[in-house]
Amino acid sequence: MDLSSINPILLLASLMVAATPILLAGLGELVVERAGVLNLGVEGMMITGAICGFAIAVETGSPVAGFIGAALGGALLSLLFAGLTQFALANQVASGLALTLFGLGLSALLGQSYVGIRPPPTAKLDIPLLGDIPVLGRIVFAHDWMVYFGLILTLAVWALLKLTRAGLILRAVGENHDAAHALGYKVVRVRVMAILFGGACAGMGGAYISLVRVPQWTEGMTAGAGWIALALVVFASWKAGRVLLGAYLFGGVTVLQLNLQAAGVDIPVEYLSMSPYLITILVLVILSADRSRAPGSLGRIFHASS
Amino acid sequence: MRPQPSRMWVYLTPLMAVVITMIAGGVLFAALGKDPIEAIATIFWEPLFGEFAFYYRPQLLVKAAPLVLIAIGLSLGFRAGIWNIGAEGQYILGAICGAGVALAAYPSQSALIFPAMIVAGAFGGWAWGMIPALLRVKFGTNEILVSLMLVYVAEQLLAAMSLGLMRNPEGHGFPGSRNLQHYEAAHNADLITGSGLHWGVAAALIAVIFAYILLNRHILGYHIRLTGQAPRAARFAGVRPNRLILFCLGISGALAGLAGMFEVAGPSGQVSIDFNVGYGFTAIIVAFLGRLHPVGIMLAGLLMALTYIGGEIAQSNLQLPAAAIQLFQGMLLFFLLAVDVLVQFRLRLKRTEVA
Repeated sequence: MDLSSINPILLLASLMVAATPILLAGLGELVVERAGVLNLGVEGMMITGAICGFAIAVETGSPVAGFIGAALGGALLSLLFAGLTQFALANQVASGLALTLFGLGLSALLGQSYVGIRPPPTAKLDIPLLGDIPVLGRIVFAHDWMVYFGLILTLAVWALLKLTRAGLILRAVGENHDAAHALGYKVVRVRVMAILFGGACAGMGGAYISLVRVPQWTEGMTAGAGWIALALVVFASWKAGRVLLGAYLFGGVTVLQLNLQAAGVDIPVEYLSMSPYLITILVLVILSADRSRAPGSLGRIFHASS
Repeated sequence: MRPQPSRMWVYLTPLMAVVITMIAGGVLFAALGKDPIEAIATIFWEPLFGEFAFYYRPQLLVKAAPLVLIAIGLSLGFRAGIWNIGAEGQYILGAICGAGVALAAYPSQSALIFPAMIVAGAFGGWAWGMIPALLRVKFGTNEILVSLMLVYVAEQLLAAMSLGLMRNPEGHGFPGSRNLQHYEAAHNADLITGSGLHWGVAAALIAVIFAYILLNRHILGYHIRLTGQAPRAARFAGVRPNRLILFCLGISGALAGLAGMFEVAGPSGQVSIDFNVGYGFTAIIVAFLGRLHPVGIMLAGLLMALTYIGGEIAQSNLQLPAAAIQLFQGMLLFFLLAVDVLVQFRLRLKRTEVA
């Protein structure tokens, strides 16, 4: 065992990269849940985004196009969920599970001819001056642009929910859909838009895994990241800033266990690989005492006549 | 909105969903450049009545047994609004515990080994299911997320077992345990040779009957249904929600564990890294397709087994990709949820919006 081979600077730098997929997906799901909808299909939308983004980036040679395609792919898949839950009034838990099972199959089918290909590299955003700051520069300012996009999105979601009228309506719909309906807000329309946003975010998060983190396509490569993102929203008590915090925490755990694996710690690799999931459970247990923050109408079906 | 769920549509919608899935599947297969009629016929006709049906029909039971076993357990919880979606993990733990007993006893030929394996398998699944149950009862933790996270933990544990503790000492360093098919006392063999009818099939049948009696003739089953339909009323009726959570997650875990144990001792034969093939997730589709009703689940399990076997035939005969079958199964649940609107609502053509 050689713990000295772990470079703390690189560790912190890769933490930001490891956190980005669940940060993006978590932010999307946060907005969905604040609108009162529980979409358990995050994993399915992420894996679909992963293959859509990968395929488009390989075909066009442009990672930017890949991420846009991933967002579209995720949103398109989430549209199915929106149709089921908002128009056919199906059970949200079952529909979310259906979305995940469907997405896993769909991505495996789409991805067949893309196994073993390398995607075009995503551009590093070398911020001049800032990137040259000795230690801090490498940790914070020398990543690809998606990492910063995730940070900006956090800020944007926070501002949307906290400061804008649209955010107020969204929260009203999530807290009490009957009251919001009585006030004349279009509950279904707001929710469909939130679901689409969640799908797009999850898609981009998935594409970040296949285009930057790994970067390669393998079947089922998101390996539960979508479910961790769902846990993240609970962890964050439905607040955008805390999603960021939680994502970095989980990212840190993931990176640390990978580093321990590489350093040859005397624990079998499989037990180390369990750790992110176990820690997710642990965090859920600690935080689940406080349920008061959950949106009031979360997971309930809305029907205008009832 | 209908005053009561339509009886007719309750029975008709699963059939409708299957038909729509066949049509959509046909379109999908056509898009992949296969003859849609031939592909659908291969999946649904060939295993039952085709040239080699004598070989495939037993396979049908082998594949349906774990699906039905797991789905029966899940349906109890789903009815009460308790979502155990980690059956895959409980299935793996059942297999590990069941095989563990056999491997520890090797090479003894005692008649007690197989019963002990059954107990151990059920216990393993039960224990894994009790983790989300206890956390939910004690701390209010969401059982959906915890049970699912435990699937990934179980998968890693499975890998650790097949590479480490349970590796076959005579296996020349290859991963995977001893093959229980060659270990007579532990082998879950066909009860009638070549029929596919192993103990798991018998257990699945017993589970169906047991669940039917529980739901229709027993106070506990009534409580389960009541909790699902009117949680508040259930509390007034003296139902203790916590006890129900422990029961539902425990029983579904134990049944999933049994399924895993029968699989590892029979059709699969050994603990290996790729032992689990997603039965725990497919069983969710089976449970819903069977309307959470024991008899319905049995039929749905057989149908889903058919798509597995037919899918394998289509894979080798028509070079249809395996993922297409997976997608096909996913579509089934989608269409089922979509046509379910007919059960609760009456559609009127004049209005622009559905329902």
